Amino acid sequence: MSGSGEVVVPIRADVDVVIARQKIRALVLDLRFSGSELTLIATAISEVARNIVSYAGSGEIVMRVVRQGQRRGITVVARDQGPGIADIERAMEDGFSTSRGLGLGLPGSKRLMDEFELVSEVGKGTEITMTKWER
Amino acid sequence: MRASILKQNRFLIASVQGSMSDADLVQLRDELGSGVRRHRSTGVIIDVTMLDVMDSFAVRTLRGIAQMVKLLGAECVVVGIQPEVAFSMVQLGLTLEGMTTALDLEDGLDALQARAPVRSSLL
Repeated sequence: MSGSGEVVVPIRADVDVVIARQKIRALVLDLRFSGSELTLIATAISEVARNIVSYAGSGEIVMRVVRQGQRRGITVVARDQGPGIADIERAMEDGFSTSRGLGLGLPGSKRLMDEFELVSEVGKGTEITMTKWER
Repeated sequence: MRASILKQNRFLIASVQGSMSDADLVQLRDELGSGVRRHRSTGVIIDVTMLDVMDSFAVRTLRGIAQMVKLLGAECVVVGIQPEVAFSMVQLGLTLEGMTTALDLEDGLDALQARAPVRSSLL
């Protein structure tokens, strides 16, 4: 296991949420992330992975080290073939939830990361791509 | 379960392990509920020093535990939130509204001793 490459974590149950956030710590060992940045990334992964379990039932989390010139970062893709999000604008609002949650998962994850993109189609699924760069 | 519960006098002390799944958190809630009743506890401490991440589900469950414990007539204190976990909670927009927190187990016990009602059987 080196500090580069790609890790895919299948998400089918709540224990996989924990596995996903543990894998990220091994993947970014070589990168210059502080303990607190690592916790931010792990928390964002926890939120998007739980969304897969809650709304789609199953999916996957793909984590990879990315480079942009001299800068390195970590990109996390959360992908599912679930019901999709009908109103993305509302889903990105604080406090909006269709599952009795706190409604902070998506907007919160966006705040935790540097880049956040959500693509979703009703009936087809959802893909979230989020990146955090080294300082 | 990935948490251990110790009984110390009238208090229950639950120590949470590094990684708790949703099911682990729900089990902790259930065991604390029955534990407070069985031991007639007046206080519960949840030590999250080892917890790697406090996400929205964990916060929702902890709030639920605190409210449940209160309804059973006991006090609940969450101790040991790590600075980086606290920072990440703030960024995420999570609060532990209405919950008592303390820096560590020692401070948590002090807080409970100051606040917990003394049952007449102890007098």
